[in-house]
Amino acid sequence: MELVQRARQGDYRALARLITLVENEEPEAVEALQELYPYTGKAQVIGITGPPGSGKSTLTDKLVKELRRDNKKVAIVAVDPTSPFTGGAILGDRIRMSDLNLDEGVYIRSMGTRGSLGGLSAATSAVIKILDACNFEYIIIETVGVGQSEIDIVKMADTTLVVMVPGLGDDIQAIKAGILEIGDLFIVNKADRDGANRVVYELKMMLELKSEKSAWEPPVLMAISDQNIGIKEIADKIKEHFNYLVESNYLEIKRRDRLEKEILSIVSMKIYQQIVRKIKREGKLKEYLDALMKKELDPYKLVKQIFAEMKDN
Amino acid sequence: MSENRIRVLVAKPGLDGHDRGAKVIARALRDAGMEVIYTGLRQTPEQIVAAAIQEDVDVVAMSLLSGAHNHLFPRVVELLKKKNAEDVLVIGGGIIPEEDIPYLKEKGISEIFTPGTYTGSVVEYIRNNIKRKL
Repeated sequence: MELVQRARQGDYRALARLITLVENEEPEAVEALQELYPYTGKAQVIGITGPPGSGKSTLTDKLVKELRRDNKKVAIVAVDPTSPFTGGAILGDRIRMSDLNLDEGVYIRSMGTRGSLGGLSAATSAVIKILDACNFEYIIIETVGVGQSEIDIVKMADTTLVVMVPGLGDDIQAIKAGILEIGDLFIVNKADRDGANRVVYELKMMLELKSEKSAWEPPVLMAISDQNIGIKEIADKIKEHFNYLVESNYLEIKRRDRLEKEILSIVSMKIYQQIVRKIKREGKLKEYLDALMKKELDPYKLVKQIFAEMKDN
Repeated sequence: MSENRIRVLVAKPGLDGHDRGAKVIARALRDAGMEVIYTGLRQTPEQIVAAAIQEDVDVVAMSLLSGAHNHLFPRVVELLKKKNAEDVLVIGGGIIPEEDIPYLKEKGISEIFTPGTYTGSVVEYIRNNIKRKL
């Protein structure tokens, strides 16, 4: 595909168009992804997650400037929520990254979640592949502002940063399940605010109690992103974490694992689409619903019936 | 709901700091089901065009209240052309005197919306005039 070639040569317009194809689930997207697949696997994928207003975009902006010192190409995928009511979205992460617009070694793409609930959009993993194959060495994924359980980012990132800020709640918040279990690095941002030391202390306590110990002990770092304080230390730790992943062979395990999940999810998506298409084509949905409402049929029997018909075909 | 969403870059070129209008438009477009990328204040034409390309938008909507529209709006059109992105629809709004509108249209700004515009008419204009097929 011409578009793929141009994108791989560094044409941002072609790259942007490819991403749109994937987001819109156009038929050409599959062909493009097939062509790109052999070139994937070189980038370090960095996830940045945390509650709304914790400073993820500002941190991303400063971190990218730090990473660019080595002259490596950086791509940013910034996800913001899509309205469940209108399907529209206001994607505002770029506001904090204006200076990066003119750096030709940086590509930024804003995406709406378009109905996904895990803090990312459904197209994210395909978009990562495109960027990876287009020779970006760092790919930063900024999730929507998350609460406690939107943890899709770990399925895609090699290194996950969890950004916290002082003042969000007591120490019980920190021992609940969820995003606090997924960090490879913890950042206490806005560390000039009251209570920052306490958040650091609570995070460290929580990490110490973790039952499953690994050779990588997630560090807890303080930062004041808008003043560029603590950013270099974060960048260093990100690089250190990647080295750890490579040397411990954990990167390969992680990626294999990721592929497995991805394949299974593509397969189930395909099956789902086929079945839904069949039901819609035959126009039977209304009939089914009528029967269910009248209790002439129960949902489980109906599902069995639909599957049996699928097999016959 | 269609899978293919109209993507719009809402931008504030130049030095004025008044973005209430831009935010109202952003909100209206969102409510019409579009994906709106908001750039924030004080953007240069170069920054706006770089963002438009990277985001693969269908529309660039600029708001300007400082009086520099005759310089900045055409510059954005020009830079888009340079990047082979003529298929992006460019519209503008803000405090823009009637007599400047013909010049701006001649320079490739497709439509100018002045104060008092009903947000629905901006939505409709975009839907009817995007150059790229969805």
